[in-house]
Amino acid sequence: MAESNVKVLGTWASPFVMRVKIALHLKSVSYEDVEEDLLAPKSELLLKSNPVYKKIPVFFHAHNPICESLIILQYIDEVWTTSASSILPSDPYERSQSRFWAAYVDDKFFPALRRLLIGATEEDKKAALAEVVEGTVVLEGAFGELSKGKAFFGGDNIGFVDIALGSLLGWIEVIGKQCETKLVSEAKTPRLVQWADCFSAHEAVKDVLPDVDKLADFGLKLRAKILKALAPTN
Amino acid sequence: MEDEVVLLDFWPSSFAMRVKIALGEKGIKYKCKQEDLFNKSTLLLEMNPIHKKIPVLIHNGKPISESLIILQYIDQVWNHKSPLLPSDPYQRSQALFWADYIDKKIYGIGRRVWMGKEDQEEAKEELMQCLKTLERELGDKLYFGGQNIGVVDVALVPFTTWFYSYETCGNFSIEAGCPKLVAWAKRCKENYRSVSEALPHPLQIYEYVMELKKRLGLV
Repeated sequence: MAESNVKVLGTWASPFVMRVKIALHLKSVSYEDVEEDLLAPKSELLLKSNPVYKKIPVFFHAHNPICESLIILQYIDEVWTTSASSILPSDPYERSQSRFWAAYVDDKFFPALRRLLIGATEEDKKAALAEVVEGTVVLEGAFGELSKGKAFFGGDNIGFVDIALGSLLGWIEVIGKQCETKLVSEAKTPRLVQWADCFSAHEAVKDVLPDVDKLADFGLKLRAKILKALAPTN
Repeated sequence: MEDEVVLLDFWPSSFAMRVKIALGEKGIKYKCKQEDLFNKSTLLLEMNPIHKKIPVLIHNGKPISESLIILQYIDQVWNHKSPLLPSDPYQRSQALFWADYIDKKIYGIGRRVWMGKEDQEEAKEELMQCLKTLERELGDKLYFGGQNIGVVDVALVPFTTWFYSYETCGNFSIEAGCPKLVAWAKRCKENYRSVSEALPHPLQIYEYVMELKKRLGLV
């Protein structure tokens, strides 16, 4: 279904932006893709539409901006209800569990992953790596609980937690290569390994997840930019 | 069938106060169990093994953690009165945005204010910036939720009982910088029993903060 007035301000490399695109693909909603260059100064549009955080993604629907990827996902799920799958379960308890695990990805797992990417010292990286690996084991457990034997956290279909975690798969691979470790390993997290393959191959996902080499190259540039910004000035 | 609702609580916690306000608004009967955060109960560790934190709402034996997730759960299950979230999806997204903003900012910054370490001045500045941003968002409305309190009011008002502690530890006045916000907090307490009953007196919070500072070797 073609929709006018649906716009995504973001960048191909951001997992948070990927979440929004996957959700729109799931709902068969077409949108305008506006690219923000993360290595350049922030655009007028970004500063105006997200004055509080000045971050992407910003989702526009009928000129109304919505920020924060998980909030955007919930909005998309509530507005486009005619399509095949619901992103969040309808049962209140299951809904709360999906929200809990998506929040875990954002509040615990992602920060550890980020620390692993930008870790300046060997010690920082070692500590971050331990946290990330522990996180994958916790998520393996969550997968067991939520999937109930099916292919996705959402069951038969991709859901909220699948999108929240799956959007990180490109970065997980890039950062893993950088550390010469498989962050989602067959040994510790066999179910997640299988899930990752299913998720990446899904119709709504495969064109959104970026090429890993392109992402690795971008990762180096981004890391340099972040470390430069964090460096003490004389 | 009678619903069994249990709240794992810690009386000074702003996050737990949110849940109490919501349960009060909906008229839900519940059992409140005080936790000692320095000596966590088996029940807490079992009900929230990932974060080991309060509040936890246990509804008919099933645990829900994370206060904003609990609020959304309560709003969905007990939808007969006092809606916490707007029904319009866009309005709902905005309410969730601000509730999330409060989560990201107030607790962490407030903590740096009352702890009184080297970053206290910076933290005071940041706190006032955040509260001013929220005050602008409130605008001329009675409440963040409009004519009635909503999720943003419920998310923020508990922290106002900590204002006295922030002000005393930081030697500054929040009312001077944010008079409308302080007026809004008074309005919530005066007009909503669920709020006045859930919030301990600011002096009690201050006493708790001073004890905590002693325990942490900051005083």
